[in-house]
Amino acid sequence: MIRFILRRILVTIPVLFGIVFLVFALARLVPGDPCRAVLGERATDAVCDDFIVRYGLDQPIPIQFGKYLEQLAAGDLGDSIKHSQPVTELLIERLPTTVELTIMAMLLAIAVGVPLGLVSAYRHNSPIDVGTMMFANFGVSMPVFVLGLLLAFLFAIVFKDTPFSLPPSGRLSSGVTIQPLAEVWGLDDLSGPPRGFLDFVSGLYIFSGLISGQWGGAADAFRHLILPAVALGTIPMAIIARITRSSLLEVLGLDYVRTARAKGLSERAVVLRHAARNALLPVVTIVGLQLGALLSGAVLTETVFNLAGVGRSLFEAISGRDYVVIQGFTLLIAVSYVTINLIVDVSYGFLDPRIRP
Amino acid sequence: MTAGQPLPASASDALLADTVVAIRPASLWRDTVGSVLRQRSAIVGVTILGFLLFVAIFAPLIATHDPYQGLLGKEEGVTQRAAPCIHLLGCPTDEPQHLFGTDGNFRDVFSRVVYGARTSLAIGFAAIGFAIIVGTTIGSLAGYVGGWIDNVLMRLMDIVLAFPSLLLAIAIVTAIGSSLINALFAIGIVSVPIYARVARASVLATKESDYVTASRALGETGAGILVRRIMPNSLTPLIVQGTLGIGGAVLEIAALAFVGVAGDISNPEWGSIIGLERNQLFNAPHIILAPGIAITLTVLGFNLLGDGLRDALDPRLNR
Repeated sequence: MIRFILRRILVTIPVLFGIVFLVFALARLVPGDPCRAVLGERATDAVCDDFIVRYGLDQPIPIQFGKYLEQLAAGDLGDSIKHSQPVTELLIERLPTTVELTIMAMLLAIAVGVPLGLVSAYRHNSPIDVGTMMFANFGVSMPVFVLGLLLAFLFAIVFKDTPFSLPPSGRLSSGVTIQPLAEVWGLDDLSGPPRGFLDFVSGLYIFSGLISGQWGGAADAFRHLILPAVALGTIPMAIIARITRSSLLEVLGLDYVRTARAKGLSERAVVLRHAARNALLPVVTIVGLQLGALLSGAVLTETVFNLAGVGRSLFEAISGRDYVVIQGFTLLIAVSYVTINLIVDVSYGFLDPRIRP
Repeated sequence: MTAGQPLPASASDALLADTVVAIRPASLWRDTVGSVLRQRSAIVGVTILGFLLFVAIFAPLIATHDPYQGLLGKEEGVTQRAAPCIHLLGCPTDEPQHLFGTDGNFRDVFSRVVYGARTSLAIGFAAIGFAIIVGTTIGSLAGYVGGWIDNVLMRLMDIVLAFPSLLLAIAIVTAIGSSLINALFAIGIVSVPIYARVARASVLATKESDYVTASRALGETGAGILVRRIMPNSLTPLIVQGTLGIGGAVLEIAALAFVGVAGDISNPEWGSIIGLERNQLFNAPHIILAPGIAITLTVLGFNLLGDGLRDALDPRLNR
């Protein structure tokens, strides 16, 4: 098992290196004068020369790449050109929004998708099954941004002043704040990576609100996250429901299920304890793959619901040619994608003994 | 086999030939069409796509207005972001008729949505066509040659797959310049690995078969074997994946246009129409609803047809 994991990790290394190179190359490929793109058309030559030297853009590309690797090894993602702020700091500010959104969307997708899939497989061809599959077909076909806008219209306009009304933008209502954990716990003089981690956790509003007893703030943050999470979670929900259904259908036809029935087990035990356990294996893979895909959806969701997350920041960095931010954020996303895949593969090895060599 | 020499078996051969003709030889295509059309969902998919194709081809005849032209000063009584007005359904006849209303530039939304079908279908087909050609070449080469070439090519594909597809597409479009054609290429490029993997898998599955060994023994070249003996067998999964892929490409082009990196935002493209007016959601939801439904229907059509093809072509699912 350890050899299996080690081999899987070793295969990942060249891929990670390729990602770093591709990210670096793409950022350099952006056409146009980086200086004037960032500082505006009227920047003087002297200012631009200084700019080019400061960001090392006058060096040959291989040297720039070498320096970039060196910097990465030291855990430094560089300083944002536009925000004149370290990219790591920007990440600590923006990443929690996306993490919170993605987790909520995925939990929702699993909590609704798996039961729907199980029921529609068990009641194969019943109205529930047909209805679920129709919903799943529509769910995967509707663009995230259309669904998001429609939800916003429905819950913020049509249901306005009813108990169903939900906020269509931002993370908190105006006037509501969530005190950072460092302040709440009197750790203000903490610094370095522990402080960074603490600030990151503080940015997860629902979580930090709950652990520090700021109930009102946590509830408000939760209400703000419902619509974005539904918009983002619908596609994975539909995919999970479909996979669960077809997988359980396949397993229910196997001999060992017949054996379980023949020895007089209750229907409940047969389906949930014997069949569903095996049927949910492919679902694990799909959940992992979809977690990565959610990051694509996050760009759109964050745009629609006006959330300053990683996706939105990355898109702004790309339009504003902020190389350093593009590199740092894309790298983070790609690396977490690869890591998720690694975890899925390894956990699959644990769950399914046949995979193990 | 010698000509003109009657063989004892020829009589029974002729008889056999007659029977075969009477049964009509089963062809993959006829079987496929038959079993696709036996499925309700596939029929719905084909119907939707047929309708969309019709709209796309005859767009100039169906559209009621010029999709690019603002109507301010050109049409009596036109208002900005007017709600849909259909005279037959009781809209006062002194107001100009606009089936889906007008947008912020006094353009007819119906005509823009109709022309949008052209853009989406053309880009969807072209992007996936590009991805299939490049992906199949890479994948079958990797699978057939094997060794380090296989390793290098497939790791390259892994790298592309390591990026969320939409983000990579946005990055590519920004790098090579924002236009519809570049958006097409970006979507094509990010889809290549899927087809490379599918093609490689089917090459690996067939390259050790007896009939491949046989044609190698008969002296066929490597390229000949790959193109004539192996590739036809990878067609099935590629067609299924491609059909589903076009649906995905339509979603992606709409998303790129929505965030504004697919060239001129005044193009009649569904995503652009929504992106341009998204801040008007609260006073003119119809401008978002109409193209939104159009995108959903198109993707739904391709998904239903793709699922139908998969069920029809996958021999393991034959019942």
